[in-house]
Amino acid sequence: MKGEPVYLDWAATAPVRPEAIAATAAALREVGNPASVHAFGRRARARLEAARRAVAGFFGVEPDAVVFTSGGSEANQLALHQARGPIAVAAIEHASILEAVPEAIRLPVTPAGILDLAAAERLLAEHRPSLVACQLANNETGAIQPVAELARLVRAIGAHLHVDAVQAAGKLASAPTALGADTVAVSAHKLGGPAGIGALLVRPGLPLRPRQPGGGQEGGRRAGTPNLPGAVGFAAALECLSGFDWSAVAALRDRLERELRAIAPELRAVAAEVPRLPTISCLLTPGLPAETQLVALDLDGVAVGAGSACSSGKLAPSHVLRAMGLSEAEARAAIRVSLGWSTSDAEVDRLVGAWTALYRRWRQRRAA
Amino acid sequence: MAETAPIDFDLPAGARVVVAMSGGVDSSVTAAMLAEAGFEVVGVTLQLYDQRASRRDGKTCCAGRDLEDARAVADRLGIAHYTLDMEARFRAAVIEEFAAAYAAGRTPIPCVRCNERVKFADLLAFARDLGAAALATGHYVRRLRGPAGFELHRAADPHRDQSYFLFATTPEQLDFLRFPIGELDKPAVRAIAARLGLPVAEKPDSQDICFVPDGDHARLVGALRPDALRPGEIVDGTGRVLGRHAGIARFTVGQRKGLGVAVGEPLYVTAIDATRARIVVGPRRANLVAAARLEGCSWLAAPHPEEVVAVKHRYNEPAVTGRVAREPDGRARVAFLEPQAGVAPGQACVVWRGTRLLGGGWIAATEPVRDAAAARLDGVLAAP
Repeated sequence: MKGEPVYLDWAATAPVRPEAIAATAAALREVGNPASVHAFGRRARARLEAARRAVAGFFGVEPDAVVFTSGGSEANQLALHQARGPIAVAAIEHASILEAVPEAIRLPVTPAGILDLAAAERLLAEHRPSLVACQLANNETGAIQPVAELARLVRAIGAHLHVDAVQAAGKLASAPTALGADTVAVSAHKLGGPAGIGALLVRPGLPLRPRQPGGGQEGGRRAGTPNLPGAVGFAAALECLSGFDWSAVAALRDRLERELRAIAPELRAVAAEVPRLPTISCLLTPGLPAETQLVALDLDGVAVGAGSACSSGKLAPSHVLRAMGLSEAEARAAIRVSLGWSTSDAEVDRLVGAWTALYRRWRQRRAA
Repeated sequence: MAETAPIDFDLPAGARVVVAMSGGVDSSVTAAMLAEAGFEVVGVTLQLYDQRASRRDGKTCCAGRDLEDARAVADRLGIAHYTLDMEARFRAAVIEEFAAAYAAGRTPIPCVRCNERVKFADLLAFARDLGAAALATGHYVRRLRGPAGFELHRAADPHRDQSYFLFATTPEQLDFLRFPIGELDKPAVRAIAARLGLPVAEKPDSQDICFVPDGDHARLVGALRPDALRPGEIVDGTGRVLGRHAGIARFTVGQRKGLGVAVGEPLYVTAIDATRARIVVGPRRANLVAAARLEGCSWLAAPHPEEVVAVKHRYNEPAVTGRVAREPDGRARVAFLEPQAGVAPGQACVVWRGTRLLGGGWIAATEPVRDAAAARLDGVLAAP
């Protein structure tokens, strides 16, 4: 039954590409602070700037638009730090946005899980925020948000738009920077790079107030010795991703949902009616707790995700699903299966097999 | 009680077993014994209430030290471990009723409800959904095969026996449950923990009520049911006011200390009148009851009406003797062979035949000795 463990929690963190591991390891072997004037420093600086050019190239921006950060959360908070007045955020944002600005105006989403543009237009006109933040794709459902349309509404009130593209970056045909945002957050470990490195991509000419002042690193926009091994790993991971065709992954995801629905007719794929990332499937089985599903699958060697776990390991009901109008009980019955570039048919089969066994036991117990 | 005695776990070889791991030494050793015997042990710690308030080390996570201990033990044993969030369930099924009982003048025993409604209900269902063959807990009780199925017996160590708290167990639950440490005494349990290097080998025993770690149950009850802390009068059996009190939740029937009233002889709480927020006190003889009326009864095996059985009407009192007359609608009347003091409504009244747990019920009312005597006298007078 068990066999090799199957990893289907790519949205939490993706396996690091061998190329990224090699690049990071090579950088770790070299000494040198990019800020130093000596030859070691110059070489380090050259490697950092090469990584910056690679990241910028992948996202279609100029190198000086790239501000390296410790990851997506820091990039988000650096963007929020630019606000000069009220902030509005989508109700389904990541905790690194919602908890950083708890007082922010919440923009509702439709039952399908995408930003309600009509409500957003109304609320923006009413509250006149200086900054609006929205994900490019949701991390729990994969639903792609109407960011280009939102950008027009934001521009109309003279505000700035921040886009959290941590989950979407590298998985969509168009660059997250091409949608009219002023700042875009990206993170390496979601797309095959190491954890601990990300970037805020900044529109040309937009001054950035540092949240972490100090040394003049990153053009004075983010103090601290740069994570050079991370940056080169980030660049290497993006290079692997360049030109990758996600349609096969989307097809696997669709097959997975089709087969589970054939077994459990009451199972719903959340947000399946709107465009989604090819990699995420949010599966809701009314009455079957996510905790039970996670544990049963894990015991059979299949790793999936659900909601957000606090440090005690207990799962809070997803604020994303609650914002979509689902009840707390429904939100507690949803798991997130997330796939990646190397996910295989056999791995999907393992998930389907383990889940089916759980589902049958559960049905049998409830029938008893 | 030697730990070398072979134990029949009554499980197929290599079966998956869920172990309820509280982080204490008893459930840790339960998990260890099953893991050593080659079963696929899945440790589960229930997150029952927010422990932030009770942590003294300044950390602010909702999880307490016990969860960290359970994880450390699971890591040491190399078994899977998960946390199940049952805060909402525990609050609804245990804590709210606990407070409501005090507000109604009763003395609740929440551990029974937790076993009945949380551990042996929700956790047991979880274990079944995982395809486990059994749920094991660190209770000091024994599950023994009898002629008509499994029986629940007192622990081998009478000082540790916890069968009182499991009186509401059903036969279906008992089929699925395992209590490996019920054959051991505490030193043997600690010896196993020490031999395996479990980080909880020297951990002190837990307190009586897990969600009231400081022992101040009145504060918790007052937060949920302020009416239970309404000040009122302390009266004697004739209604004469002897003093004042700061809330009925601070009292239990049979209590002597903390009354703050002094007359010639020692006084005991004989009744709690929630409606009028009154504590009724009387001398020891007024506290004596001849029988208890039970409701919500649960029987693993039925006592015979004429049979003299062992009875415990309070968790921290020794067993006494009595006879049980079962009545319709889950009720029963327990007649004590000797008059009993401190029989408090809300407590569990539990019945054994020898070491075998038969079942029990919740004390709804009591029959004072004087009333019972009067009833007998009435019967004599009414006789032709």
